[in-house]
Amino acid sequence: MSKKIHVSTTVNGESVEFLCEARQSLLEVLRENLSLTGAKEGCNNGNCGACTVMLNGVPVNSCIVLAVEVEGAAIETVEGLACHGHLHPIQKCFLEGAALQCGVCTPGFLVTAKALLDKNPNPSEHDIRFNLANNLCRCTGYDKIVKAVQAAAAELQTR
Amino acid sequence: MKSFDYAAPTSLAEASALLAHANGQARILAGGTDLLVQLREHLREADLVVDVKRIPELMELSFTPEQGLRLGASVPCYRIYEHAEVSAAYPALAEAARIVGGWQIQSRASVGGNLCNSSPAGDTIAPLIALGASCTVVGPEGTRQVAAEEFCVSPGKNVLRRGELLSTIVFPPPAKSGGSAYERFIPRNEMDIAVAAAGSWVELDPSGKTIKNARVAITAVAPTPRFAAEASQWLAGKPATEETFAQAGELAKKVASPITDMRGTQEFRVHLVGVLTKRTLAKAVERARG
Repeated sequence: MSKKIHVSTTVNGESVEFLCEARQSLLEVLRENLSLTGAKEGCNNGNCGACTVMLNGVPVNSCIVLAVEVEGAAIETVEGLACHGHLHPIQKCFLEGAALQCGVCTPGFLVTAKALLDKNPNPSEHDIRFNLANNLCRCTGYDKIVKAVQAAAAELQTR
Repeated sequence: MKSFDYAAPTSLAEASALLAHANGQARILAGGTDLLVQLREHLREADLVVDVKRIPELMELSFTPEQGLRLGASVPCYRIYEHAEVSAAYPALAEAARIVGGWQIQSRASVGGNLCNSSPAGDTIAPLIALGASCTVVGPEGTRQVAAEEFCVSPGKNVLRRGELLSTIVFPPPAKSGGSAYERFIPRNEMDIAVAAAGSWVELDPSGKTIKNARVAITAVAPTPRFAAEASQWLAGKPATEETFAQAGELAKKVASPITDMRGTQEFRVHLVGVLTKRTLAKAVERARG
Protein backbone atom coordinates (compact mmCIF):
# COMPACT_ATOMS: atom_id res chain seq x y z
CA MET A 1 0.00 0.00 0.00
CA SER A 2 1.52 3.21 -1.13
CA LYS A 3 1.54 6.21 1.16
CA LYS A 4 -1.25 8.74 0.76
CA ILE A 5 -0.63 12.31 -0.29
CA HIS A 6 -2.59 15.30 0.97
CA VAL A 7 -3.97 17.58 -1.75
CA SER A 8 -5.73 20.96 -1.37
CA THR A 9 -7.68 22.23 -4.33
CA THR A 10 -10.83 24.11 -5.35
CA VAL A 11 -13.77 22.29 -6.91
CA ASN A 12 -16.67 24.33 -8.28
CA GLY A 13 -15.57 27.30 -6.19
CA GLU A 14 -15.30 25.42 -2.90
CA SER A 15 -12.07 24.56 -1.10
CA VAL A 16 -11.57 20.81 -0.98
CA GLU A 17 -8.94 18.60 0.63
CA PHE A 18 -8.38 14.93 0.02
CA LEU A 19 -5.88 12.12 0.50
CA CYS A 20 -4.88 10.04 -2.49
CA GLU A 21 -2.25 7.72 -3.84
CA ALA A 22 0.11 9.10 -6.51
CA ARG A 23 -1.23 6.63 -9.06
CA GLN A 24 -4.87 7.74 -8.71
CA SER A 25 -6.40 9.80 -11.48
CA LEU A 26 -8.30 13.01 -10.88
CA LEU A 27 -11.37 11.23 -12.29
CA GLU A 28 -11.07 8.44 -9.72
CA VAL A 29 -10.77 10.91 -6.83
CA LEU A 30 -13.62 13.13 -8.06
CA ARG A 31 -15.95 10.14 -8.32
CA GLU A 32 -14.81 8.01 -5.39
CA ASN A 33 -13.44 10.40 -2.77
CA LEU A 34 -15.52 13.49 -3.51
CA SER A 35 -18.71 11.73 -4.72
CA LEU A 36 -18.85 13.92 -7.83
CA THR A 37 -20.03 11.24 -10.26
CA GLY A 38 -20.95 13.59 -13.12
CA ALA A 39 -17.65 13.03 -14.94
CA LYS A 40 -17.80 9.54 -16.43
CA GLU A 41 -15.19 6.88 -17.06
CA GLY A 42 -15.51 6.00 -20.74
CA CYS A 43 -12.27 4.83 -22.28
CA ASN A 44 -9.94 5.72 -19.37
CA ASN A 45 -7.17 6.59 -21.83
CA GLY A 46 -7.86 10.13 -23.01
CA ASN A 47 -9.78 9.37 -26.18
CA CYS A 48 -13.48 9.75 -25.43
CA GLY A 49 -13.81 12.93 -23.34
CA ALA A 50 -16.60 11.58 -21.06
CA CYS A 51 -14.46 12.57 -18.06
CA THR A 52 -13.89 16.18 -19.20
CA VAL A 53 -13.53 18.77 -16.43
CA MET A 54 -12.09 22.28 -16.43
CA LEU A 55 -8.62 22.53 -14.85
CA ASN A 56 -7.46 26.11 -14.31
CA GLY A 57 -9.81 27.31 -17.04
CA VAL A 58 -9.06 24.75 -19.75
CA PRO A 59 -10.84 21.48 -20.56
CA VAL A 60 -8.90 18.30 -19.73
CA ASN A 61 -9.54 14.57 -19.68
CA SER A 62 -9.56 13.93 -15.92
CA CYS A 63 -8.70 10.24 -16.50
CA ILE A 64 -5.20 11.27 -17.62
CA VAL A 65 -4.55 13.83 -14.89
CA LEU A 66 -3.05 12.57 -11.63
CA ALA A 67 -5.03 13.75 -8.62
CA VAL A 68 -1.77 14.85 -6.94
CA GLU A 69 -1.14 17.24 -9.84
CA VAL A 70 -4.13 19.45 -8.92
CA GLU A 71 -2.60 20.79 -5.69
CA GLY A 72 -3.53 24.48 -5.66
CA ALA A 73 -5.57 24.25 -8.88
CA ALA A 74 -9.14 25.28 -9.65
CA ILE A 75 -11.41 22.54 -10.99
CA GLU A 76 -14.90 22.89 -12.42
CA THR A 77 -17.05 19.85 -13.07
CA VAL A 78 -20.42 19.35 -14.73
CA GLU A 79 -21.99 19.59 -11.26
CA GLY A 80 -21.03 23.27 -11.25
CA LEU A 81 -23.03 24.10 -14.40
CA ALA A 82 -26.55 24.30 -12.96
CA CYS A 83 -27.13 27.20 -10.59
CA HIS A 84 -29.55 26.99 -7.61
CA GLY A 85 -31.49 24.18 -9.21
CA HIS A 86 -31.75 25.91 -12.59
CA LEU A 87 -30.17 24.16 -15.54
CA HIS A 88 -27.54 26.04 -17.53
CA PRO A 89 -28.83 27.02 -21.02
CA ILE A 90 -26.49 24.44 -22.55
CA GLN A 91 -28.05 21.71 -20.40
CA LYS A 92 -31.54 22.94 -21.26
CA CYS A 93 -30.80 22.93 -24.98
CA PHE A 94 -29.36 19.38 -24.80
CA LEU A 95 -32.57 18.24 -23.11
CA GLU A 96 -34.94 20.11 -25.40
CA GLY A 97 -33.03 19.09 -28.52
CA ALA A 98 -32.77 15.44 -27.40
CA ALA A 99 -29.01 15.71 -27.90
CA LEU A 100 -28.42 12.51 -25.96
CA GLN A 101 -29.50 8.92 -25.83
CA CYS A 102 -27.62 6.80 -23.29
CA GLY A 103 -26.15 9.93 -21.69
CA VAL A 104 -22.71 8.63 -20.72
CA CYS A 105 -20.92 11.14 -22.95
CA THR A 106 -23.22 14.05 -22.06
CA PRO A 107 -21.37 15.50 -19.02
CA GLY A 108 -18.19 15.71 -21.07
CA PHE A 109 -19.98 17.36 -23.99
CA LEU A 110 -21.60 19.88 -21.63
CA VAL A 111 -18.29 20.89 -20.05
CA THR A 112 -16.48 21.20 -23.40
CA ALA A 113 -19.41 23.05 -25.00
CA LYS A 114 -19.44 25.54 -22.11
CA ALA A 115 -15.68 26.04 -22.50
CA LEU A 116 -16.20 26.70 -26.22
CA LEU A 117 -19.04 29.17 -25.74
CA ASP A 118 -17.11 31.02 -23.01
CA LYS A 119 -14.23 31.46 -25.47
CA ASN A 120 -16.23 31.88 -28.67
CA PRO A 121 -19.87 32.94 -28.09
CA ASN A 122 -20.76 32.63 -31.77
CA PRO A 123 -19.06 29.50 -33.12
CA SER A 124 -19.62 28.19 -36.65
CA GLU A 125 -20.70 24.59 -37.16
CA HIS A 126 -17.08 23.81 -38.07
CA ASP A 127 -15.83 25.43 -34.83
CA ILE A 128 -18.27 23.32 -32.81
CA ARG A 129 -17.35 20.07 -34.55
CA PHE A 130 -13.59 20.81 -34.35
CA ASN A 131 -13.61 21.78 -30.67
CA LEU A 132 -15.86 18.88 -29.65
CA ALA A 133 -13.72 16.35 -31.55
CA ASN A 134 -12.24 14.99 -28.30
CA ASN A 135 -15.76 14.07 -27.11
CA LEU A 136 -17.09 10.85 -28.59
CA CYS A 137 -20.76 9.88 -28.77
CA ARG A 138 -21.83 6.48 -30.06
CA CYS A 139 -25.59 7.16 -30.00
CA THR A 140 -26.59 10.49 -31.51
CA GLY A 141 -24.52 10.79 -34.66
CA TYR A 142 -23.52 14.26 -33.37
CA ASP A 143 -26.00 16.35 -35.39
CA LYS A 144 -28.34 16.92 -32.46
CA ILE A 145 -25.40 17.79 -30.23
CA VAL A 146 -24.14 20.38 -32.71
CA LYS A 147 -27.65 21.84 -33.00
CA ALA A 148 -28.04 21.97 -29.21
CA VAL A 149 -24.76 23.90 -28.90
CA GLN A 150 -25.92 26.30 -31.64
CA ALA A 151 -29.24 26.78 -29.83
CA ALA A 152 -27.44 27.42 -26.53
CA ALA A 153 -25.15 29.93 -28.22
CA ALA A 154 -28.19 31.77 -29.59
CA GLU A 155 -29.92 31.76 -26.21
CA LEU A 156 -26.82 32.97 -24.36
CA GLN A 157 -26.43 35.80 -26.88
CA THR A 158 -29.94 37.14 -26.19
CA ARG A 159 -29.12 37.58 -22.51
CA MET B 1 -2.14 1.75 -12.63
CA LYS B 2 0.69 0.31 -10.51
CA SER B 3 1.88 2.30 -7.50
CA PHE B 4 4.72 4.77 -7.87
CA ASP B 5 6.24 7.65 -5.94
CA TYR B 6 5.58 11.20 -7.05
CA ALA B 7 7.76 14.28 -6.83
CA ALA B 8 7.14 17.80 -8.10
CA PRO B 9 10.51 19.58 -7.98
CA THR B 10 10.67 23.35 -8.42
CA SER B 11 14.15 23.62 -9.94
CA LEU B 12 16.10 21.99 -12.75
CA ALA B 13 18.86 20.92 -10.36
CA GLU B 14 16.38 19.23 -8.04
CA ALA B 15 14.66 17.47 -10.97
CA SER B 16 17.96 16.26 -12.39
CA ALA B 17 19.08 14.92 -8.99
CA LEU B 18 15.76 13.09 -8.52
CA LEU B 19 16.05 11.51 -11.98
CA ALA B 20 19.71 10.59 -11.49
CA HIS B 21 19.35 9.01 -8.05
CA ALA B 22 15.95 7.33 -8.33
CA ASN B 23 15.65 3.76 -7.14
CA GLY B 24 14.44 1.95 -10.24
CA GLN B 25 12.76 3.59 -13.19
CA ALA B 26 12.08 7.33 -13.05
CA ARG B 27 9.74 8.93 -15.59
CA ILE B 28 9.23 12.59 -16.41
CA LEU B 29 5.63 13.83 -16.30
CA ALA B 30 4.70 16.93 -18.30
CA GLY B 31 1.14 16.86 -19.70
CA GLY B 32 0.78 13.13 -19.07
CA THR B 33 -1.15 12.49 -22.28
CA ASP B 34 1.35 9.84 -23.36
CA LEU B 35 2.95 8.78 -20.05
CA LEU B 36 -0.20 8.15 -18.01
CA VAL B 37 -1.76 6.11 -20.82
CA GLN B 38 1.46 4.10 -21.20
CA LEU B 39 1.67 3.43 -17.44
CA ARG B 40 -1.96 2.36 -17.25
CA GLU B 41 -1.56 0.04 -20.23
CA HIS B 42 1.79 -1.29 -18.90
CA LEU B 43 3.64 -0.07 -21.99
CA ARG B 44 6.06 1.74 -19.70
CA GLU B 45 6.97 1.28 -16.05
CA ALA B 46 7.63 3.85 -13.35
CA ASP B 47 8.87 3.64 -9.77
CA LEU B 48 9.07 7.42 -9.55
CA VAL B 49 7.11 10.00 -11.54
CA VAL B 50 8.77 13.42 -11.63
CA ASP B 51 6.24 16.16 -12.43
CA VAL B 52 8.24 18.96 -14.07
CA LYS B 53 5.44 21.53 -14.42
CA ARG B 54 6.46 23.43 -11.28
CA ILE B 55 9.91 24.23 -12.70
CA PRO B 56 9.74 27.83 -14.02
CA GLU B 57 12.06 27.21 -17.01
CA LEU B 58 9.81 24.39 -18.25
CA MET B 59 6.72 26.62 -18.24
CA GLU B 60 8.39 29.60 -19.93
CA LEU B 61 6.99 30.93 -23.19
CA SER B 62 8.79 34.08 -24.25
CA PHE B 63 8.99 35.60 -27.70
CA THR B 64 10.50 38.69 -29.23
CA PRO B 65 11.06 39.22 -32.98
CA GLU B 66 14.75 39.89 -32.23
CA GLN B 67 15.44 36.96 -29.88
CA GLY B 68 13.01 34.40 -31.24
CA LEU B 69 11.03 31.95 -29.15
CA ARG B 70 11.99 30.18 -25.94
CA LEU B 71 9.51 27.41 -25.33
CA GLY B 72 9.61 25.58 -21.99
CA ALA B 73 9.43 21.83 -22.47
CA SER B 74 6.12 21.42 -20.61
CA VAL B 75 4.19 24.42 -21.99
CA PRO B 76 0.85 23.00 -23.18
CA CYS B 77 0.04 23.19 -26.90
CA TYR B 78 -2.90 25.59 -26.53
CA ARG B 79 -0.63 28.33 -25.23
CA ILE B 80 1.22 28.27 -28.55
CA TYR B 81 -1.73 28.60 -30.93
CA GLU B 82 -3.49 31.10 -28.66
CA HIS B 83 -0.37 33.32 -28.78
CA ALA B 84 -0.97 35.57 -31.82
CA GLU B 85 2.65 36.68 -32.28
CA VAL B 86 4.09 33.18 -31.92
CA SER B 87 1.49 31.76 -34.33
CA ALA B 88 2.33 34.44 -36.88
CA ALA B 89 6.10 33.98 -36.51
CA TYR B 90 6.07 30.15 -36.53
CA PRO B 91 2.90 29.04 -38.35
CA ALA B 92 4.15 25.45 -38.84
CA LEU B 93 4.46 25.07 -35.06
CA ALA B 94 1.02 26.56 -34.37
CA GLU B 95 -0.57 24.36 -37.06
CA ALA B 96 0.88 21.23 -35.48
CA ALA B 97 0.01 22.29 -31.90
CA ARG B 98 -3.63 22.73 -32.96
CA ILE B 99 -3.97 19.15 -34.20
CA VAL B 100 -2.18 17.20 -31.46
CA GLY B 101 -5.15 15.12 -30.27
CA GLY B 102 -8.25 17.15 -29.46
CA TRP B 103 -8.78 20.23 -27.31
CA GLN B 104 -8.55 18.36 -23.99
CA ILE B 105 -5.22 16.87 -25.07
CA GLN B 106 -3.90 20.26 -26.23
CA SER B 107 -4.73 21.68 -22.79
CA ARG B 108 -2.10 19.38 -21.28
CA ALA B 109 0.19 17.96 -23.97
CA SER B 110 3.41 19.87 -24.61
CA VAL B 111 5.73 20.15 -27.59
CA GLY B 112 8.61 19.07 -25.33
CA GLY B 113 6.64 16.01 -24.27
CA ASN B 114 5.79 15.22 -27.89
CA LEU B 115 9.51 15.34 -28.71
CA CYS B 116 10.55 13.28 -25.65
CA ASN B 117 7.89 10.64 -26.39
CA SER B 118 9.87 10.32 -29.64
CA SER B 119 7.14 8.75 -31.73
CA PRO B 120 8.08 8.67 -35.42
CA ALA B 121 4.70 10.36 -36.03
CA GLY B 122 4.87 13.12 -33.37
CA ASP B 123 3.08 16.07 -34.99
CA THR B 124 5.18 18.88 -33.57
CA ILE B 125 8.56 17.34 -34.44
CA ALA B 126 8.60 18.13 -38.18
CA PRO B 127 7.98 21.85 -37.42
CA LEU B 128 10.79 21.83 -34.82
CA ILE B 129 13.24 20.45 -37.37
CA ALA B 130 12.04 22.69 -40.21
CA LEU B 131 12.21 25.79 -37.99
CA GLY B 132 15.77 24.95 -36.92
CA ALA B 133 14.91 24.54 -33.23
CA SER B 134 17.57 23.62 -30.70
CA CYS B 135 16.85 21.64 -27.53
CA THR B 136 18.37 22.59 -24.18
CA VAL B 137 19.09 19.43 -22.19
CA VAL B 138 19.97 19.76 -18.51
CA GLY B 139 21.63 16.98 -16.52
CA PRO B 140 24.08 16.10 -13.77
CA GLU B 141 27.01 17.04 -16.00
CA GLY B 142 25.62 20.39 -17.03
CA THR B 143 23.72 21.72 -20.01
CA ARG B 144 24.00 20.76 -23.66
CA GLN B 145 22.22 21.80 -26.87
CA VAL B 146 20.84 19.18 -29.24
CA ALA B 147 19.48 20.01 -32.71
CA ALA B 148 15.83 18.93 -33.06
CA GLU B 149 16.71 16.50 -35.90
CA GLU B 150 19.28 14.75 -33.66
CA PHE B 151 16.96 14.30 -30.66
CA CYS B 152 15.11 11.07 -31.52
CA VAL B 153 17.21 7.96 -32.09
CA SER B 154 14.62 5.19 -32.61
CA PRO B 155 10.87 4.76 -32.03
CA GLY B 156 10.22 5.89 -28.42
CA LYS B 157 13.91 6.53 -27.74
CA ASN B 158 15.96 9.74 -27.65
CA VAL B 159 19.31 11.20 -26.64
CA LEU B 160 18.34 11.85 -22.99
CA ARG B 161 20.67 10.07 -20.56
CA ARG B 162 19.94 9.13 -16.97
CA GLY B 163 19.43 12.27 -14.91
CA GLU B 164 18.84 14.47 -17.95
CA LEU B 165 15.69 16.34 -18.90
CA LEU B 166 14.65 18.59 -21.75
CA SER B 167 14.25 22.08 -20.35
CA THR B 168 13.69 24.47 -23.25
CA ILE B 169 13.25 24.46 -27.01
CA VAL B 170 14.89 27.49 -28.58
CA PHE B 171 13.70 28.80 -31.98
CA PRO B 172 15.77 31.22 -34.06
CA PRO B 173 14.18 34.64 -34.62
CA PRO B 174 11.78 34.60 -37.60
CA ALA B 175 13.43 35.59 -40.90
CA LYS B 176 12.16 38.80 -42.52
CA SER B 177 10.91 37.08 -45.67
CA GLY B 178 10.32 33.74 -44.01
CA GLY B 179 7.37 31.40 -43.86
CA SER B 180 6.57 27.87 -42.70
CA ALA B 181 3.84 25.25 -42.86
CA TYR B 182 2.98 21.81 -41.52
CA GLU B 183 0.59 19.30 -43.04
CA ARG B 184 -0.20 15.69 -42.27
CA PHE B 185 -2.31 13.15 -44.08
CA ILE B 186 -5.00 11.42 -42.03
CA PRO B 187 -8.16 9.76 -43.33
CA ARG B 188 -10.38 11.83 -40.98
CA ASN B 189 -10.71 15.52 -40.14
CA GLU B 190 -9.09 15.48 -36.71
CA MET B 191 -8.03 13.28 -33.77
CA ASP B 192 -5.80 10.89 -35.67
CA ILE B 193 -2.17 9.87 -36.05
CA ALA B 194 -0.33 10.97 -39.18
CA VAL B 195 0.02 8.46 -42.01
CA ALA B 196 2.74 10.80 -43.28
CA ALA B 197 3.55 14.44 -42.57
CA ALA B 198 5.85 17.23 -43.69
CA GLY B 199 6.98 20.55 -42.28
CA SER B 200 8.70 23.18 -44.41
CA TRP B 201 10.39 26.50 -43.74
CA VAL B 202 11.62 28.92 -46.39
CA GLU B 203 13.37 32.26 -46.53
CA LEU B 204 13.01 34.22 -49.77
CA ASP B 205 15.39 36.76 -51.25
CA PRO B 206 14.20 40.41 -51.37
CA SER B 207 12.58 39.92 -54.82
CA GLY B 208 10.28 37.28 -53.31
CA LYS B 209 10.93 35.11 -56.35
CA THR B 210 13.93 33.06 -55.27
CA ILE B 211 14.41 30.76 -52.30
CA LYS B 212 17.38 31.85 -50.21
CA ASN B 213 17.20 29.11 -47.59
CA ALA B 214 14.89 26.21 -46.87
CA ARG B 215 14.46 23.35 -44.43
CA VAL B 216 12.17 20.37 -45.01
CA ALA B 217 11.35 17.70 -42.43
CA ILE B 218 9.20 14.60 -42.83
CA THR B 219 7.61 12.38 -40.18
CA ALA B 220 5.74 9.07 -39.83
CA VAL B 221 7.79 7.69 -42.72
CA ALA B 222 10.90 6.39 -40.91
CA PRO B 223 11.88 5.09 -37.45
CA THR B 224 12.60 8.69 -36.46
CA PRO B 225 11.52 12.12 -37.75
CA ARG B 226 13.79 13.01 -40.67
CA PHE B 227 15.48 16.20 -41.81
CA ALA B 228 15.46 16.13 -45.62
CA ALA B 229 18.97 17.59 -45.91
CA GLU B 230 19.48 17.06 -49.63
CA ALA B 231 16.10 18.56 -50.56
CA SER B 232 16.72 21.50 -48.22
CA GLN B 233 20.17 22.29 -49.60
CA TRP B 234 19.02 21.86 -53.19
CA LEU B 235 16.24 24.44 -52.66
CA ALA B 236 18.68 27.28 -51.87
CA GLY B 237 18.91 29.60 -54.88
CA LYS B 238 16.04 27.95 -56.78
CA PRO B 239 13.04 29.88 -58.14
CA ALA B 240 10.00 29.63 -55.84
CA THR B 241 7.80 27.78 -58.34
CA GLU B 242 5.52 24.73 -58.28
CA GLU B 243 8.11 22.90 -60.35
CA THR B 244 10.80 23.53 -57.75
CA PHE B 245 8.47 22.41 -54.92
CA ALA B 246 7.66 19.19 -56.79
CA GLN B 247 11.35 18.49 -57.41
CA ALA B 248 12.12 19.05 -53.71
CA GLY B 249 9.34 16.56 -52.94
CA GLU B 250 11.11 13.97 -55.09
CA LEU B 251 14.37 14.58 -53.20
CA ALA B 252 12.60 14.40 -49.81
CA LYS B 253 11.24 10.97 -50.77
CA LYS B 254 14.83 9.68 -50.71
CA VAL B 255 15.03 9.93 -46.88
CA ALA B 256 11.69 8.18 -46.34
CA SER B 257 11.90 4.51 -45.30
CA PRO B 258 8.37 3.81 -44.10
CA ILE B 259 6.72 0.60 -43.01
CA THR B 260 3.44 -0.81 -44.24
CA ASP B 261 0.83 -0.95 -41.49
CA MET B 262 -2.91 -0.45 -40.96
CA ARG B 263 -2.54 3.28 -41.63
CA GLY B 264 -0.98 2.97 -45.04
CA THR B 265 1.39 1.09 -47.30
CA GLN B 266 5.04 1.87 -47.80
CA GLU B 267 4.37 2.96 -51.37
CA PHE B 268 1.49 5.27 -50.40
CA ARG B 269 3.52 6.89 -47.63
CA VAL B 270 6.45 7.61 -49.95
CA HIS B 271 3.99 9.13 -52.43
CA LEU B 272 2.55 11.30 -49.63
CA VAL B 273 6.02 12.63 -48.78
CA GLY B 274 6.24 14.10 -52.27
CA VAL B 275 2.76 15.60 -52.12
CA LEU B 276 3.06 17.03 -48.60
CA THR B 277 6.54 18.45 -49.18
CA LYS B 278 5.28 20.22 -52.30
CA ARG B 279 2.18 21.57 -50.54
CA THR B 280 3.97 22.77 -47.41
CA LEU B 281 6.67 24.48 -49.48
CA ALA B 282 3.99 26.26 -51.52
CA LYS B 283 2.19 27.36 -48.38
CA ALA B 284 5.43 28.45 -46.67
CA VAL B 285 6.38 30.55 -49.72
CA GLU B 286 2.93 32.12 -49.84
CA ARG B 287 3.30 33.07 -46.15
CA ALA B 288 6.84 34.37 -46.71
CA ARG B 289 5.47 36.72 -49.37
CA GLY B 290 2.93 37.95 -46.77
